[in-house]
Amino acid sequence: MHILPGEEIEETQVELLSGGDMLVRALQDEGVNLLFGYPGGSALHIYDAIFRQKSIKHVLVRHEQGATHAADGYARSTGKVGVVLVTSGPGATNAITGIATACMDSIPMVVISGQVPRDKIGEDAFQETDMVGCSRPVVKHSFLVKNAEDIPEVVRKAFYIARTGRPGPVVIDIPKDVTNPSERFPYRYPEKLRMRSYTPAGKGHGGQIRKAVALLLSARRPVIYAGGGVVQGEGAALLAELARCLNYPVTNTLMGLGAFPGSDKRFLGMLGMHGTFEANTAMHHADVILAVGARFDDRVTNTPGKFCPGAKIIHIDVDPASISKTIIADIPIVGTVAFVLGEMLETLKSTEEQPDQSAIVDWWRQIDDWRERHGLYTAPRYQTDGALIMPQEVIRAVYDMTEGEAFVTSDVGQHQMFAAQYYLFDKPRRWINSGGLGTMGFGLPAALGVKIAHPDKEVVCVTGEGSIQMCIQELSTATQYHLPIKILCLNNQALGMVKQWQEMQYEGRLSNSVYEESLPDFVKLAEAYGHLGVKIERRGELHVKLQEAFAERDRTVFIDVYVDPSEHVYPMQVMPNGSMRDMWLSKTERT
Amino acid sequence: MRRIISVLMENEPGALSRVVGLFSQRGYNIESLTVAPTEDNTLSRLTLVTIGDDRKIEQITKNLNKLVDVVKLVDLTEGSHIERELLLVKVRANGAQRDEVKRSVDIFRGQIVDVNSSIYTVQVAGTGEKLDAFLQALGEHTIMEVVRSGVSGIARGEKVLSL
Repeated sequence: MHILPGEEIEETQVELLSGGDMLVRALQDEGVNLLFGYPGGSALHIYDAIFRQKSIKHVLVRHEQGATHAADGYARSTGKVGVVLVTSGPGATNAITGIATACMDSIPMVVISGQVPRDKIGEDAFQETDMVGCSRPVVKHSFLVKNAEDIPEVVRKAFYIARTGRPGPVVIDIPKDVTNPSERFPYRYPEKLRMRSYTPAGKGHGGQIRKAVALLLSARRPVIYAGGGVVQGEGAALLAELARCLNYPVTNTLMGLGAFPGSDKRFLGMLGMHGTFEANTAMHHADVILAVGARFDDRVTNTPGKFCPGAKIIHIDVDPASISKTIIADIPIVGTVAFVLGEMLETLKSTEEQPDQSAIVDWWRQIDDWRERHGLYTAPRYQTDGALIMPQEVIRAVYDMTEGEAFVTSDVGQHQMFAAQYYLFDKPRRWINSGGLGTMGFGLPAALGVKIAHPDKEVVCVTGEGSIQMCIQELSTATQYHLPIKILCLNNQALGMVKQWQEMQYEGRLSNSVYEESLPDFVKLAEAYGHLGVKIERRGELHVKLQEAFAERDRTVFIDVYVDPSEHVYPMQVMPNGSMRDMWLSKTERT
Repeated sequence: MRRIISVLMENEPGALSRVVGLFSQRGYNIESLTVAPTEDNTLSRLTLVTIGDDRKIEQITKNLNKLVDVVKLVDLTEGSHIERELLLVKVRANGAQRDEVKRSVDIFRGQIVDVNSSIYTVQVAGTGEKLDAFLQALGEHTIMEVVRSGVSGIARGEKVLSL
């Protein structure tokens, strides 16, 4: 129904709203109270509607990529859908990296982009870009809104799709004239949703679950391999119960850290390219692997043909396409992690069968021996008596100082791996990093999103001098919204991970991975944005200065720590053609 | 192995591009693709021919099913089915050639659908193999232009792909 200004309809209970107001109302009805965004021409009607309401807070970022990462951090730390609002053209394309980041890590997000008016679409209008087309490969789904009347239903569908099944980002592209304030339409938020083409998996197959439990109980060398799906699918408590009930070892993927308590003695550490010796070696020798909400990523499996040769694999995932994609599952179970783990626990409790205890004891003895030999947590595997600060000890110090309770966001590179290895997360949703896409620049805006969601919690962005410069403009957002976070920059004056690969695989030819004295003074830079800056260069002052920095509760602190620039991340799996257990343990030692 | 996958999907703008995009994004082959609305005009039926081993086809069908616009799909090659493709071909038909072409058209149970003093336009329907054979029978010297619709298919017997 199209109502012209001044015209009235008889149904008094139906409110008439413009497209812009409808969008904002639909977001309110969806329970949204926070938007991250950046205004521009095509989004101005929507921004005006935001100005005229109170319940949704809008955070103005400094770059649209920052908006997506902040919404992503918010979503990862809360489990809610992160919401982004950007304008057409460059606003929309700037958001793409953040959308792709969320897509790779299955993060629920709704991105609303302005579009040029309907009659201008396809004419190369000012700030026109085909957002639905540009974003298509990196979204779970997308909508181009052709009529204002469709807005409530599209918003309802977008949020439903974003948060159910395997979560992911959904784009809503809205032409400017659809949000025209002078045209009003009846507003009704749909209570029920009917989508014949979208039915996310729920319950796992009972027969498969029983088979899986039987296989698990028959295991002599089991490993539970848990990924981000356990965090996203709220399965952490069930996973811990299962692992404790069976006394089986657990390893987490980079995305899954916190899905099982890092301080539990059954935790083997992270697995994969920079996984621990004990996790990778145990995987290689396992006879049964229970993969939960993990996707056998190439950074986990190393060479697929050499992956865990003796293992039978049970794979639980909500996304059928993740099962048997790279590694064939012997017992595939499509369903939500929480449902399937719950059923497995029930089945375990109702059976009298037990694992072969002597086999499990032997297995633990073997694992403890691996831990003793090369484990990251049985002795420091880095230099402890040199003059230079080691990146690992910085993370350990911060772990101790924050009592393992901080929300830690990370950028991408060596610092990310050191944080993943040395900050042991006991709770899910505390470790926030771009695992799949590997997006440098993610950490700072993500930390802002986390801080908004958890204002009373310590939020630390572990970064490097390379990554931080990719979204450093968001220091200004931290000032505007008074978001006191800690930025921990492990400054090795080079693109550390690139340099590590160049040193290991390109005979030390450091092609474009060093800055040649061009780095800014981060202390002054932080101060220019109104924050505190701390520079730590000497080993002797590390703990005192870190303590001072972490004592500051009310301001953002940029802690620039100069670490040993020659340090590499170890273990590192041997590539190419290596198996899980083939690792470099130091610059000179190989398994 | 060659597979014919039939997909019922929402008749929405952008739905086709999601299917095509999926194939290019994940490095799957499309040999042919046809799409048109069904008797229920909110649904389109898309038929595509692709090549891959069982694992690849499994991934293709899983990923197609993941697309929000896809309602249902079936791999027709899993059971007995009827496959049809339409061919229109414009051929030179002068003198003795005219009878020769006419005979080939009859053998392949095609129809001449347009004619002038030197040209026949011929329509033939059948499997891809049959159309290949017909084109070979005509010989490349007589062929002026070829257009093929791509494969459509339907399962034999009781089996239907519908809501």
